[in-house]
Amino acid sequence: MTPFGYARAADRADALARVGSGARVLGGGTNLVDLLRQNVEQASELVDVSRLEGAIRESDDGGLLIDASVRNATLAAHPLVRHRYPVLARALLAGASAQIRNMATVGGNILQRTRCMYFYDVEGARCNKRQPGAGCDAMDGFNRYHAVLGASDQCIATHPSDMCVALAMLDAVIHLSGPDGERSVPLTDFHVLPNATPQTETVLKPGELITGVELPPPSAAVTHSEYRKVRDRSSYAFALISVAGGLAIAEGRITEARIALGGVAAKPWRATRAETALVCVAPTPDAFLAAIREELVGARPLSGNGFKIGLAERTVVAVLGALAGARA
Amino acid sequence: MTKLQNAIIGGVRAVLGHVPASWLPGGTPDPLIDKRVSLGGQQSRIDGPDKVRGAARFAAEVPMENLLYAAFVHSTIARGRIADLDVSAAEAAPGVALVMTYRNAPKIGVPPPIGITNLKAAGNHTLPIMQDPEIRWNGQVVAVVLAETREQAEHGAALVRVRYDAAPARTRFEEGKASAYTPESMLVERNRLDKGDASRKLAEAAFTIDAVYTTPWENHNPIEPHAATLVWREGKLIVHDATQMVHGTAGSLANIFGLKAGDVHVSSPYVGGGFGAKGLWDHQILGAAAAKLAGRPVRVTLSRASMHRLVGGRTQTEQRVALAADADGKLKALLHHGYGVKPLHSVCDEGFSLTGRSLYASESFDVVQHYVDLDLLANSFMRGPGETPGTFAIECAMDELADALGMDPIELRRCNAASRDPVSGAPHSQNAMMEAYDLGAARIGWDRRMAKPGTRREGEWLIGMGCATGTFPFTRMPGTSVRITIDAAGGAHVASAAHEMGMGTATVQRQHAADRLGLPLDRVTVIIGDSSLPFASFAGGSSQTASLAAAISAASGKLATELMRLAGNDTPLAGLKSSEVEFADGGLRSVEDPARHESFASILRRSGRGELSVVGESGAPLEILKYSMHSTSANFCELRVSEITGEIRVDRLVGAFDCGRILNAKTATSQFKGGMIMGLGMALTEETLLDERTGRIMSTSLADYHVPVHLDVPDIDVLWTDIPDPRTPLGARGIGEIGTTGVAAAIANAVFNATGKRVRDLPLTLDKLI
Ligand SMILES: Cc1cc2nc3c(=O)[nH]c(=O)nc-3n(C[C@H](O)[C@H](O)[C@H](O)COP(=O)(O)OP(=O)(O)OC[C@H]3O[C@@H](n4cnc5c(N)ncnc54)[C@H](O)[C@@H]3O)c2cc1C
Repeated sequence: MTPFGYARAADRADALARVGSGARVLGGGTNLVDLLRQNVEQASELVDVSRLEGAIRESDDGGLLIDASVRNATLAAHPLVRHRYPVLARALLAGASAQIRNMATVGGNILQRTRCMYFYDVEGARCNKRQPGAGCDAMDGFNRYHAVLGASDQCIATHPSDMCVALAMLDAVIHLSGPDGERSVPLTDFHVLPNATPQTETVLKPGELITGVELPPPSAAVTHSEYRKVRDRSSYAFALISVAGGLAIAEGRITEARIALGGVAAKPWRATRAETALVCVAPTPDAFLAAIREELVGARPLSGNGFKIGLAERTVVAVLGALAGARA
Repeated sequence: MTKLQNAIIGGVRAVLGHVPASWLPGGTPDPLIDKRVSLGGQQSRIDGPDKVRGAARFAAEVPMENLLYAAFVHSTIARGRIADLDVSAAEAAPGVALVMTYRNAPKIGVPPPIGITNLKAAGNHTLPIMQDPEIRWNGQVVAVVLAETREQAEHGAALVRVRYDAAPARTRFEEGKASAYTPESMLVERNRLDKGDASRKLAEAAFTIDAVYTTPWENHNPIEPHAATLVWREGKLIVHDATQMVHGTAGSLANIFGLKAGDVHVSSPYVGGGFGAKGLWDHQILGAAAAKLAGRPVRVTLSRASMHRLVGGRTQTEQRVALAADADGKLKALLHHGYGVKPLHSVCDEGFSLTGRSLYASESFDVVQHYVDLDLLANSFMRGPGETPGTFAIECAMDELADALGMDPIELRRCNAASRDPVSGAPHSQNAMMEAYDLGAARIGWDRRMAKPGTRREGEWLIGMGCATGTFPFTRMPGTSVRITIDAAGGAHVASAAHEMGMGTATVQRQHAADRLGLPLDRVTVIIGDSSLPFASFAGGSSQTASLAAAISAASGKLATELMRLAGNDTPLAGLKSSEVEFADGGLRSVEDPARHESFASILRRSGRGELSVVGESGAPLEILKYSMHSTSANFCELRVSEITGEIRVDRLVGAFDCGRILNAKTATSQFKGGMIMGLGMALTEETLLDERTGRIMSTSLADYHVPVHLDVPDIDVLWTDIPDPRTPLGARGIGEIGTTGVAAAIANAVFNATGKRVRDLPLTLDKLI
């Protein structure tokens, strides 16, 4: 760890000014501090935004506005989240540990970095994300947790967040503020695939802050939704595969399907192809399987993670099956 | 170990076979087997309140003036030489006092290896430490940075630049097998065992199974990372350490630094978990060297990553087990072959092939194990070395055999239970394995188990039950000694350089001393964990309790003699021999006539003594060469496996133990449960990710190295037979390690019962089940 300065942001303007002059944003620090200690990242100044106002309120159209500094634990426990967006509460509670969720912020969760062990091993391993062009030791190494969708020959890392899988399924929009003013980006467009530049992970511009997340009013499939995370131990482990699913069914036909996958790619993966394939069909296991297979045609297994493709299929079929069964 | 050792031990065994039992230690059963007041109770740990309050001082917390903090730079290649070493930026960094490398490190010797011949040696490897530019494993320390704060030291360490000339390294297990070596002996046993023509019986038997089982590298993760605070004073070295071998550490450091034995003082009153990990590794040696060079005290606290790079773990194993049986299930042959890693510089035998030599009455045996020599950090001791991976292979194979025979797995064990040692023919000192099975089976409700796999389900969950035997040998360490001091008020103070890693050492020996000396608990104190106290061997091999018990027992005999001498003629005890008196009511009394009694305080007062001290020692453990002395356990598991995701959820574990008498129900339960949870971790999640391309461990954090979380740990029932072993002090055998053995097999067997899938490769991660 390199010595750095620390300041607590007085307000958003103060935070923006400091970020504009090169400070790194500190949320709960549960990821950034580890990265600094292991010299994966360096900072000369930190600006702590975790004590800025963190409100959760209903928007005019019946959606939800969540400030970036809201803690993961607070968000998961909020009654509006639990009743209207159950998939989000479940996804949050499936992540990390109670202690980490008490510290972690919404902004930090979205911007947390991959857990690839080679990315973390600054002294001992090559990583294109850390050092573009250096090579990737994960490619032929331990890649059980790595991507089966959207990877490139430069990088096969996954985005580890559970919360973001639910946000992707919910059509969440991220609010940003920066030197050029404010803008909004759908969560599904916020993270980017590695391609030739794995060091670029999001569309966040230099000097920009995440200020909040907006959820549209819950649709029928959101109200009837589920999050299932498959992992190596019952808690405190990252997803091998996770599925956020929601279904609306009328007169024996699916009217709305929402599916997002975690643990498969460098971004939370909204399974739009599968969703399209399910509209207007009868909710049967065969239909679910056909739909997710369509989503996964492009999936490419690595040496250690081929099981993920079948696991994703089975988990999606199980989640949707449970939702359809519960509705019927 | 050597052929010579085999010959000597073989000779002693042969002689002892003819020596009457009464001549040997434990020849007459310990009277405290039955006469118990405090023993067998539920005493809480005496170190508990201080630990809960944060008042117990651990090695990294000892206050010290003028302290420097150490951070390590680790090598990133497995073999080669340091070509370039630039420490200038580190030396110039804020707060940095010193950077030590092979260029300026003091000249020191190599660690003396742990072994049965030198109980004051504790080296886990025998390599030079920072004496030359050679790199011998990936993770070896190449520079130590000392600074005013820990953060400054870590910053400095990040600024050290090292360039290597890499040499070809042997880091792949599969390739190393081709040139594996075969040691002559394994602990005190001959390695090769060939008895009764196993190959013919395997070829001819009605039922056989023959399979290969693998277990991965595992790393230690005690809650307290390794730490030491070291200071040199007038040429003497003082070490506040976290160690399970106080005297071994002191003796080794003296040897390495060329000091007299008494010139190293090691203090380690509390250890935050040992499990075999808390021995002598490079960090204490480098810390002492750096403190010498800097002329200031040094604190070393290993990060989790440094721990994984410097403290050896359990080797991976590959074990072939073949069993042959007749139609009734009687074992005709037991074959156990296999490989583990033991670099030539390592001292630890992972003797998994010892497991099957004592468990079952097979007609023939074919057993041998081989070691692979790789350029890796020395493998080391981890709870239940040998038997922990060994029981996984043997006990899964037994389950496979039961399935092939269409027999209940418990009945298969029953019909093969040995009535004496199946190899040497030596009698058991005590063995009630099947009683343990019966206790455990009743508790878990074994009759609910479906014989046919895959037939019980609840929704997506397939439910199964499994069982497996656990086992661990009895040992007692020679040389372990205690001093008992009786004070003027008649209280007793027991002192020994023994170890408290959280298991209740002082608590239980206090109970023991109270009962032995006829005192109430509150009149007895126990002090341990310091090399200024009488010698004690390491806390390992589940031997500490028995060794201390033997020493206290010996000391109490001397105490009686001394007190009788002091008592003289002016006492109600006048005229009695020390064999005619016993300890009772805070003094001595006549065995024949309990009314003849005099208290310790009175004897001391009359003889004008302020206090009286005696030292007693645990003698040579000859009993283990005459008797077959093994604890056994019956492990049971009930679990669910998701048909969709392959995830396993363990719902219940039951462990029924036959370990002699239990001395303290509370601390014993805690030991057994902790051991079983380690077995659960081994079964389900634990695996060191060693990248064979580089010999580098990648899973160096608790996020990547998966130990069980609370939610993985089910209800655990612990039961015991409590049948005394008449050949051991207090009738007890060790209980520290057996808890871990057999658990992984019980879980794997339950997975088979649930799903019909036989996974022979640990850990049982979900990808192996879908
Ligand atoms: C052992 C462990 C297990 C875990 N398991 C899981 C798991 O199972 N599932 C899961 O989803 N997560 C898991 N996590 C990750 C955890 O969710 C993240 O560490 C956490 O959400 C990050 O939030 P934070 O506020 O602490 O971020 P920080 O560490 O403070 O910051 C992370 C990044 O976000 C940036 N940042 C923070 N706030 C803003 C903002 N407002 N605007 C712009 N940039 C910002 C920081 O500059 C930094 O780059 C685990 C973490 C650990 C350590």
